[in-house]
Amino acid sequence: MENLEQLVQDGLKAVEQATDLQALDQVRVDYLGKKGVLTQQLKSLGQLSAEERPAAGQKINQAKGEVQDAINARRAELENAALDAKLAAESIDVTLPGRGQSRGGLHPVTRTIQRMEQFFSRAGYTVEEGPEIEDDYHNFEALNIPGHHPARAMHDTFYFNPGTLLRTHTSPVQIRTMEDGQPPFRMICPGRVYRCDSDMTHTPMFHQVEGLVVDKNISFADLKSTVEEFLRVFFEKDLAVRFRPSYFPFTEPSAEVDIEWGRNDDGSIKWLEVMGCGMVHPKVFEYCGIDPETYRGFAFGMGVERLAMLRYGVNDLRMFFENDLRFLRQFR
Amino acid sequence: MKFSEQWLREWVNPEIDTQALVDQITMAGLEVDEFESVAGEFTGIIVGEVLSVEPHPDADKLRVCQVAGGAETVQVVCGAPNVRPGMKVPFAEVGAVLQGNFKIKKAKLRGQPSNGMLCSESELGLSDNHDGLMELPASAPAGENIRDYLGLDDATIDVDLTPNRSDCLSIRGLAREVGVLNRLLVEGPDINPVEPVHSDVVDIRIDAPEGCPRYLGRIIRNVDLSAETPLWMRERLRRSGIRSIDAAVDVTNYVMLELGQPMHAFDRSEIDGGIIVRWARSGEKLVLLDGQEVELVEGTLVIADHEKPIAIAGVMGGEHSGVAEKTRDLVLEAAFFDPISIAGKARHFGLHTDASHRFERGVDPELTRDAMERATALLLEIVGGEAGEIVEVHSEQHLPKSPVIELRQQRVTDVLGLEIDRTEIEEILTRLGLHVDKLTREGWKVHVPSYRPDITIEEDLIEEVGRIYGYNNLPVTEPVGSLGLREEQEAVRPISHVRSLLVDRGYQEAVTYSFVDSKVQALIDGDHTGIELANPISSDMSVMRTSLWPGLLKTVAYNQNRQQSRIRLFETGLRFVREGEGIEQVPMLAGVVTGAQNPESWVNGRRSVDFFDVKGDLEALFELLGITVEFSAGEHGALHPGQTAQLHKNGEFVGWLGALHPQVQKKLDLDGTIYVFELFLNSILSGYVPNFKEFSKFPEVRRDLAIIIGNEVTYAEVQRVAREKAGEFLTGARVFDVFEGDAIGEGRKSLALSLFWQHPERTLNDDEILTWFGAAIDALKAELGATLRS
Repeated sequence: MENLEQLVQDGLKAVEQATDLQALDQVRVDYLGKKGVLTQQLKSLGQLSAEERPAAGQKINQAKGEVQDAINARRAELENAALDAKLAAESIDVTLPGRGQSRGGLHPVTRTIQRMEQFFSRAGYTVEEGPEIEDDYHNFEALNIPGHHPARAMHDTFYFNPGTLLRTHTSPVQIRTMEDGQPPFRMICPGRVYRCDSDMTHTPMFHQVEGLVVDKNISFADLKSTVEEFLRVFFEKDLAVRFRPSYFPFTEPSAEVDIEWGRNDDGSIKWLEVMGCGMVHPKVFEYCGIDPETYRGFAFGMGVERLAMLRYGVNDLRMFFENDLRFLRQFR
Repeated sequence: MKFSEQWLREWVNPEIDTQALVDQITMAGLEVDEFESVAGEFTGIIVGEVLSVEPHPDADKLRVCQVAGGAETVQVVCGAPNVRPGMKVPFAEVGAVLQGNFKIKKAKLRGQPSNGMLCSESELGLSDNHDGLMELPASAPAGENIRDYLGLDDATIDVDLTPNRSDCLSIRGLAREVGVLNRLLVEGPDINPVEPVHSDVVDIRIDAPEGCPRYLGRIIRNVDLSAETPLWMRERLRRSGIRSIDAAVDVTNYVMLELGQPMHAFDRSEIDGGIIVRWARSGEKLVLLDGQEVELVEGTLVIADHEKPIAIAGVMGGEHSGVAEKTRDLVLEAAFFDPISIAGKARHFGLHTDASHRFERGVDPELTRDAMERATALLLEIVGGEAGEIVEVHSEQHLPKSPVIELRQQRVTDVLGLEIDRTEIEEILTRLGLHVDKLTREGWKVHVPSYRPDITIEEDLIEEVGRIYGYNNLPVTEPVGSLGLREEQEAVRPISHVRSLLVDRGYQEAVTYSFVDSKVQALIDGDHTGIELANPISSDMSVMRTSLWPGLLKTVAYNQNRQQSRIRLFETGLRFVREGEGIEQVPMLAGVVTGAQNPESWVNGRRSVDFFDVKGDLEALFELLGITVEFSAGEHGALHPGQTAQLHKNGEFVGWLGALHPQVQKKLDLDGTIYVFELFLNSILSGYVPNFKEFSKFPEVRRDLAIIIGNEVTYAEVQRVAREKAGEFLTGARVFDVFEGDAIGEGRKSLALSLFWQHPERTLNDDEILTWFGAAIDALKAELGATLRS
């Protein structure tokens, strides 16, 4: 029995020397298998007396247990090492770019119009559209701009024939909406408009968003708050806004709206004109079959590109229609 | 309109500086574009008197002058050709600082000492003229600071007037406005009638009283038009942006600027008989003052003599009848022309004159006589002569009537959103020169003066009250309205969702012009003729688009020329197609795709986009919209004959998808294969509202088969035939492989597909499946000539 101690020592050594799972398993077979050397020791118990047997058996089992524990520990060790090796082999460069399609983007004009639509539709405004090839009546006449009116010179109009033209503003949509419906109205009309003018600061096509509110108790004070709030919401800034008397044939009183856009050297506010507005002219109501004694309204209008330029710092109007991808991609 | 601040301040002089004045009138609705000093920055220039001029001993072009005016008479070397003894000139003394910080020091020019510099207009910043010295009147007091003498501490203010404010197209009108804003009295020069000294009168007849309700003429005899316009008048004209011509023209322009009445002077000797104001006869010709000969058209109001037209009324005089230095007797005209008769006439002849600008907008009809008297007085002062009697012809019934408008206080409150005190309203209107009659407890009767033709209705008065009260002093209140809900159709998707989906799938939105090149359009859309603009901006923007493709393809070319090869674009917008007598303006959604399917990357490969990539995008779109769209082979002139699909939704044609025809691509100078689609937006936006159906809890059975069929047989046919025979519990069919090649044989292809069955209430057994599967295979063989692939 003295060599039991030796066998255990040999077994533990063999376990330690096993460098992979297969070798370790061989060690298990060699020592603990049916014919393993420690298992064989149990067969020698028969040569012992009944009194000696239990103690000797316990010793052998202990020895087997010792080797088995070592094998288990070694196996766990080897398995962990194998897993580590596998994981190490599987590691990837997570900084490489991902697979598949990139995202496109909205045109800045659409992006701007969609924002405006959101602000106004949350306040109960409808979004109205209309034809871009318009008749003289809806583009001018019904807006109190008769044929001889000097204000027509303010609109460089594209014509198809004397009575048919490309709308110079989205105001005809207001006319059409009022003709077709019943007050009250609360609407905006975004869309393409056209003026026969092309240079650094003019493109023959651009976009407007106009708004119209008609109800029984609408005043200039309501117009002021609507325009001021819109501008502050649009620019996300508490900027100063001022109303300057102006003239549009379809509104009376009329105003142009300036916003605070930086400061002059002397600290005074630098004003920038951004939109026009006013109270709907009674003649316009009459053209649309609405009684101006019962209803009043206000209207406002702005150039989308102009506001987008200010909002996003675009410095050249013409870029909006060149559709250079290097420009467009900046508005994802 | 440009005006001199100093001139204005002669009429009304508020105690505010230029900036404050400019801000004030801007905020009153007379928007100032810009203002600038009338002279350059300089100091130390005085009125100098040239006492003597001697040749320079060592230089041909230089002269040695003795100049008085400063503390002592000094020697100045001068190179100006017009220097002569006795003349008065602006003289920069030693120590003067001219524009650009140019300091005048003692100097020697070719050996001769020079103490100062004699100046041209350009050194004073009055003009670019540096050809010679600026000659001052002999009366100019030597030694006086030139700034004081010429009144150069003045600004030219350029005010951008809205078309309604014709009353402010003069110093008088502007002064009136400034007076109102500052509560100051406005005082102009005295205008007194000039006593006629002869009885020579011009014969005037108005044949078109509706166009010319009032015409005044006066003969001034024996004028000397060689007399020079005085410096003060030339300066005022210059500061108002008007060039000095001769005394007669300068005086009429001066009176126009001062009072607002455009005037004209005719050479009396060129007037045959008398003056007739009439409508032009078609074909009549007239050479205008600017030298161009125009053919008059009917509806043009002209001033004529008994033979021929001599001026286009309110626009421009004729060359022949104009005054010149030789003119001895002249006829001054001051008339009121009806704005509507004048409107657009100048533009018709490609003209825009100070006169037409004013008459189109409306001149005060009561101004003619004052203007005539003022001009006469000024003219006599300068050119001498003898004034005759004023002849006035007018038609009372055609003269505009100054309206009387009822103004209700409640209406003022309602419109402005603020109750303004009664007395304040009255005061504002009165200051504006409106005559206010107290009417009832509700309001007033307001008499509008003749110089405010823009005020015709109650709202105009309310605007005046608000404007003078100050828009920015009016309150701010949030509008109150109904909170009623509006209808919204769940089945109709907003277009913003369509855009989002395409953006998410890599498309960049473009916005292209609605007018395109007619040649490109014809190439793309042979079916429609684009509607032509009568006045296009250029030939490549001359017809309205009938498809969004021309614009998008132009964008592709633009970007390909800028090293962008992978392009995915879409656009939404109207197309314009003639439809019988009318024009159809329909919203479209179009796209164009070219280059690599995915951004080039280590893992994406470099595969070029193909038809099925784009079709996949559209299928995703149709899924979003909840619609079923069928693709079938089609023909389109601009598309590849073998790669064109026409799209139908429930039998309705909804659009195209295809590869651009290689020839079209070549003509448009585009690189690579280009896929395009275009859909009728209104036809695809309407889908369905979900309606729940029970789904089966029993297992689904799948069987695969591979068949070989002719190349011409479409997958759609295979699917249709298989579906027809595969029994009622067939739930789906899917193609999982398409293969062509030598192994299959020429003209044939292999299709592998899976069929799926499921019963709502029980498990299907093998025999059933075998029956249906067999039936489908038999039908494919019989109807489409398919063979099973072993």
